[in-house]
Amino acid sequence: MITGIAASDGFAIGVAVQLIKKEIIVDTKTAQSIPIELKVLETSVIAAIKQLNKIYEKTRIDLGEEEANVFESHLMMLEDPEFIGLIKKNIEENNHQAPYAIELAKDFYVQLFETLDNEYMRARSADIKDVANRLMRISLGEESDTLIFPEHSIIIAHDLTPSDTAQLDKKKVIGFITEVGSKTSHSAIMARSMGIPAILGVSEVCKQLKNGTKIIMDGDTGNIYPNPDDPLLTDYSKKIVLYNESIKALSIYKDITLEYTSGRPLTVAGNIGSPDDLDLLIEQGAQGVGLFRTEFLFMGRNSMPSEDEQYNVYKQVAETMSDANVVIRTLDIGGDKVIPYITMPKEDNPFLGLRALRLCFHEHVLFKTQLRALLRASVYGSIHIMFPMIGSIDELHQAKSILEECKVELQQEGIPFDNKTPIGMMIEIPAAAISAKEFAKEVDFFSIGTNDLIQYTLAVDRMNPHVANLYNPFHPAIISLIKTTIQAAHDAGIWCGMCGEMASDTEAISLLTQLELDEFSVTGSQILKTKEHLLKQECVKSIPNNVTI
Amino acid sequence: MYKGKATIINELGLHARPASTFVKISSKFFSDINLVCNGQEGIAKSILSVMALNACKGDIIEISAEGEDAQAAVEALVSHIEEGCGE
Repeated sequence: MITGIAASDGFAIGVAVQLIKKEIIVDTKTAQSIPIELKVLETSVIAAIKQLNKIYEKTRIDLGEEEANVFESHLMMLEDPEFIGLIKKNIEENNHQAPYAIELAKDFYVQLFETLDNEYMRARSADIKDVANRLMRISLGEESDTLIFPEHSIIIAHDLTPSDTAQLDKKKVIGFITEVGSKTSHSAIMARSMGIPAILGVSEVCKQLKNGTKIIMDGDTGNIYPNPDDPLLTDYSKKIVLYNESIKALSIYKDITLEYTSGRPLTVAGNIGSPDDLDLLIEQGAQGVGLFRTEFLFMGRNSMPSEDEQYNVYKQVAETMSDANVVIRTLDIGGDKVIPYITMPKEDNPFLGLRALRLCFHEHVLFKTQLRALLRASVYGSIHIMFPMIGSIDELHQAKSILEECKVELQQEGIPFDNKTPIGMMIEIPAAAISAKEFAKEVDFFSIGTNDLIQYTLAVDRMNPHVANLYNPFHPAIISLIKTTIQAAHDAGIWCGMCGEMASDTEAISLLTQLELDEFSVTGSQILKTKEHLLKQECVKSIPNNVTI
Repeated sequence: MYKGKATIINELGLHARPASTFVKISSKFFSDINLVCNGQEGIAKSILSVMALNACKGDIIEISAEGEDAQAAVEALVSHIEEGCGE
């Protein structure tokens, strides 16, 4: 038996998989050309930022904002003028090549942090190493590795950096054991988010637990049992069963279909940012996609995504969800993000500026390409098209007329599409909520985007710490707008969903069900909890037949 | 040159998250902003520099700024710290 620090609960019976990282070999010879090394640094930083943005998004979607924030701090390090300044100085004043210049800067800061008398700060030196190593690997032209994991993998490593855990196949990994680390380590935090055991600070474990060794992990005691005998295996198998049962208590909600006691149907759907998110939705029993954010298709690239490329993505999602509704929102982006192939004007306030639908009207070709791709994909499933950020009925008319243009073109070209594709809109600009009655006559559905609705209505930037406390979903004005919107929808015979955070807010459920909100669309990991809370409401009941996806 | 002081009230001090918000705010200003805490010097726009200050709860951080928006910068950062850096 081996013991370490119990850093995350749970039990695991699996197989040791060693995570061996290729050593970074740095050339310490003098640089041939300082301008070249500076250029290598510049492009490496840009590439590292791009990688980290992707990892940040993936982690945010997989595990949430909290866990993803570590990558935000990595990004900030790459923008740190002192850090980058030191690397440049190493190149300019000491003629070092870029990788070595980066390594020296890394060593400087790691040393600085390791001598701080604060455990938490010392642990941050691991982040510095992680970012610097990433930068070094890129500057050396290394490809990032894709690792393959067997079922029930228990990862054995010296340490697990945020980058390491971001690449893990979360379906196959059931535990972490590392040589260094403590309860505040990144690997501990990650294991807790994933709901798997972690035992850290097990010195020399890489030598002791070779690849393929069968292991039992006890995340409560911090004990590891290599090559366990049968009695022990039976014992722990039982422990795992009990543990999973407590988790499972939630999963009974997966196949339950709900409806209002009045007879009105009630759907619990999921929000996705890319097709990768679908697995979690299906696993959690989502009854559809209430919001498919399409921005990922347009970001992190130098040229516009082609119609075919977009069509393939929309088709894939539509097919995967078969009969279930897939609400796809057209591009909702603005000047706060950098899109190299769109000339965005310089705006003092990009959030109230040329963004989302307004930007799409400006970028006619881009908009029509997306609409055409959506229409073409519509024959493969139940696609609904949704327009964001509409404030006036004219904007809705304009969007619909451009959609008509696309339909006519496709017809002339002999390309099939579903002419009955439902068209809806986000209710997020207060004007739209106030005039919901007028809008309800001209769309097939509403989806309330509470995040922005609240910000616009209360004039609060919820990311601004000075005023964040004013962001109140339960402000009477917000409730009033939500009521108006849902009522207007029902009066016009259309459905109204909600895709903002408020849909998963357990305190809001009582109110929203009284208003008979037709669809709650939440992030994948919240689906079961949302169903659980909905079922607790008096006006909600479950019905016997299942909606299978 | 404009100067100000604030006492850290966060439980865990100026660790990663509050340090990030602190740096984001200082980066909005044009002025050069320097920090002193526990005898250590730091640059307000550098996340590593701010974290390395190891500013703990109860520590006093001195902020000095030089530039056209020096006063606004110092005032913004002082209030940010006094309000717990958004935590």
